[in-house]
Amino acid sequence: MENRTLRLDEYKVKSEPYYQPTGDEITLFEAAYRNKLPVLLKGPTGCGKTRFMEYMAWRLQRPLITVSCHDDLTASDLVGRYLVKGGETIWIDGPLTQAVKAGGICYLDEIVEARKDTMVVIHPLADDRRILPVEKLGTLVEASADFALAISYNPGYQSVLKDLKQSTRQRFVALEFDYPDAELEARIVVEESSVELGIAQRLVQFAAMTRNLKGSGLEEGASTRLLVHAAKLIASDVDPVAACRGAIAQALTDDPEMLAAVNELSSSLF
Amino acid sequence: MDSKWLPLATAPILGQAPSNTPLTVSEIEALLEGPLEVEFSFRDTRPPSQSIAGLSRGEQEFLLDWIIRVASTHVELGYQIACHGVAALAAMDHHMIEAWALHTMDVYDLSGLRPALQVIDKSAGFAEMQHTRLHGAILEEEERVLTGFLHGLSGRKLKIAASDSTYTDTETLFLPSIQSLFSTREENFLHYKITLALLWAQIRFGTFRALRDIGPTAEGFVPLFHGMETLRLEGCLSRELPGLYRQMVHLKDESDVAVLSSEWQLLSQQLSRPGVSVWEVADMALENLGKLAPCTVSCFQGGLAVESAIACMETRAEREKAHFKVRLQQILDEQAKKQTGEEERDEEKKERFMKKEVEDPSYPEGFRVEILLDDLPVPLPDEMAALASSIIVDFGDIPNDYLEPAGPGEYDPSLLNDDDEEQEDVWSGTYHEEGAFLYQEWDFQRKHYRKNWCAVREKEVVPIHDNFVADTLEKYSGLVRQLRKTFEAMRDEDRLLKRQPHGDGVDIDALVEALADVRQGREMTDRLFTRMHRSERNIAVVFMVDMSGSTKGWINQAERESLVLLCEALETLGDRYAIYGFSSMTRKRCELFHIKHFSEAYDDETRARINGILPQDYTRMGFAIRHLSSLLQETEAKTRMLITLSDGKPDDYDSYRGQYGIEDTRRALVEARQSGIHPYCITIDDEARDYLPHLYGPAAFTVVDDVKSLPLKVSDIYRRLTRA
Repeated sequence: MENRTLRLDEYKVKSEPYYQPTGDEITLFEAAYRNKLPVLLKGPTGCGKTRFMEYMAWRLQRPLITVSCHDDLTASDLVGRYLVKGGETIWIDGPLTQAVKAGGICYLDEIVEARKDTMVVIHPLADDRRILPVEKLGTLVEASADFALAISYNPGYQSVLKDLKQSTRQRFVALEFDYPDAELEARIVVEESSVELGIAQRLVQFAAMTRNLKGSGLEEGASTRLLVHAAKLIASDVDPVAACRGAIAQALTDDPEMLAAVNELSSSLF
Repeated sequence: MDSKWLPLATAPILGQAPSNTPLTVSEIEALLEGPLEVEFSFRDTRPPSQSIAGLSRGEQEFLLDWIIRVASTHVELGYQIACHGVAALAAMDHHMIEAWALHTMDVYDLSGLRPALQVIDKSAGFAEMQHTRLHGAILEEEERVLTGFLHGLSGRKLKIAASDSTYTDTETLFLPSIQSLFSTREENFLHYKITLALLWAQIRFGTFRALRDIGPTAEGFVPLFHGMETLRLEGCLSRELPGLYRQMVHLKDESDVAVLSSEWQLLSQQLSRPGVSVWEVADMALENLGKLAPCTVSCFQGGLAVESAIACMETRAEREKAHFKVRLQQILDEQAKKQTGEEERDEEKKERFMKKEVEDPSYPEGFRVEILLDDLPVPLPDEMAALASSIIVDFGDIPNDYLEPAGPGEYDPSLLNDDDEEQEDVWSGTYHEEGAFLYQEWDFQRKHYRKNWCAVREKEVVPIHDNFVADTLEKYSGLVRQLRKTFEAMRDEDRLLKRQPHGDGVDIDALVEALADVRQGREMTDRLFTRMHRSERNIAVVFMVDMSGSTKGWINQAERESLVLLCEALETLGDRYAIYGFSSMTRKRCELFHIKHFSEAYDDETRARINGILPQDYTRMGFAIRHLSSLLQETEAKTRMLITLSDGKPDDYDSYRGQYGIEDTRRALVEARQSGIHPYCITIDDEARDYLPHLYGPAAFTVVDDVKSLPLKVSDIYRRLTRA
């Protein structure tokens, strides 16, 4: 049995990601990190949670291992598993174990999407024990002093089935994220796409309109990320209405009438 | 011929002779005889038949189909369509004729025969507008898109409704049911959209706020003000929605509305500048009263319904104030829960909420309002933020007296129950639909929905606390034990499957064997992995229980017993379930009785409500299926089921009999299935085998022959249905 070693460099964030703070989230995260407290990022899709994690990893100079959680993500996917190779069984560490050993930041994106048994795995890591039991090896891995655990969660999707258990959420320092205010959001769009400020402002206005539609036809309004996509298209000489249609409206819904309504909004704006 | 049109109604009448030869006058007369009830009335079908005979076969079939469809709603309407049809065909295309006929029937549904006849009479004028075959836009078809567009614009969530004139009462925007000024459907749609935006702007940019504060005005003021205000609002739109403004300018060029006089053009320049307030417009209108003639500045202008708007604002203001204050109190309560231990004094509470104006150019007022609690901004829940923005739209601000949280007895609680209004007095007054959910109903003869046809209310059953549940459990004690056992066995938890071709872990035993096989020169198996078998039951089910009068006695008893046993079994299983009873008395009184919500526990109260299920009136089924489907839709689950417990076929006091009721029920089931719901029916009706396959499909129902066995059967059927 051999242990594959983690190549830390692969997970280092090398250059500074662009990030516009909206409050005191950086100070809070740094303080939590120093105190070895796990962090929960709350907020709607595409409002900058993942970007914030990249930025913090860069700031703290720690490797960042991001796992997007989904329905079929099992505990083995996180912790590790045996593989058979050349007639022998070898053990491969999962991303969480890698981060725990090497002192990286493990970011579990959209944690509620993971299976319930998966969530339990992180419990002993998220309290003051900071250990990861690897059941199949029969070992306990103690987290390196530099290790940090962060998870994200979108309260907008709250439902009976997909909600964070109290036993999980009460282990975390929670940071609330929301779409930035109009002015800041426009600045972010300009910065990320080099589109003119006027266009960026219109895009932000458009985003606000789609966010008005949340609950009356749309599950969620346009995120900052989608605005940046549209802005990038516009910066490459795509007509703004067509850019909104392709990058935003189509991403938001498949319902033909809702699509038509959203397109009417964008054509009214540009 | 329009692709949407299928000549179904006439097909059986026209017989098996598909031909392109036009029908003769007598053939047409024969066709119309039945649908128009010629034998029992003095209707002379000869003249319309003669004119129809002059049409091509295709046109004849199209028109006859519509005459028969409309006649199914009302014979006289059908006859009038027959009389006006050929003239209408000459002026309109098929698409418009359809709209005209449907509009006629809708008007009949909503307002009765006379107004509907007027719609037909007006067709001449309506058609005159369409010299050339124009493509109008039809509100009914565009409504969803327009509503989406409207909700995207900021402010209050407004509604759209059809009306003869264009105006708003600040909650609903009224638009004509057909828009046909321009020559293409796209342009006419834009006409709708721009009109909508201007009506929205009246609400958003404070038109009515000013009119309310000014109070009564001199005669002639309103039309003059309206023209001027429209110019100001156009200016607002040019800044807020430049794309839409460009479309408006383009359409204005196309429309034949007269060019503005030089005085009005000058006004237009002045009023469309940024920063002009509605008050300045009002002053200007007062100054020019009598000097300047009022002017309709564009085809998008519509009307200004000052009185109804102000009345509407006043009722709303009171309601919203109460809601707002109660919500503030809720925020305080939550705050208090968080900081238990800290003492709070009542005197201090009163001043704890403050507002702060934050500069924000994206708002028409130039600022947005933040609510502060003890000098800290409070994040408002979505619903309350919407309420706040609605209040700001009416007042330009949140008035200070709104900021005092409501104490007990400070408000009229009836203001808060806007959904439950008039539950009991549906029969009194003229407007029965206030506060009800409105559902459409399928008219198989018309081949179209009757819009907002059923007024549906959720009601409570009166819980009965007696020994019924205990008796039932005792009566079936053996069965209950057995049910619990079988249902427990279904509660399949995660199991580790061994010797799998794929999986998360290695099955060491299998591997050792396989390695041994290889050493001995045998083929190695690939089944070397272990895998967790995931069998999480993710089921939500609604039981829809027939509470019609016919269930009185035995059946009602059996239904209640079934539900008790079922609940016992389901509690073991852990599936999410809700129970509703349904009954109706014509379309105006469709009632769903709440027995158990998804989120409610099966406790004594729920048991008492099951016991309280008593026979009511009739069995209209479509509305219940539609309403419960929408409830199911809101529940997240992999499998959604709607199980009906019934004793007979759909039936109601008005026309919901025979094929009509069956076809509507079938349609509602089709809608449910399309939205991913599995309907199933358990019935004790002996004749059910005749119609249930048509409604539910051949495999989605069970007929229980003996009422007494119902309690035993229901749980068993459920178990079979949901077995993995």
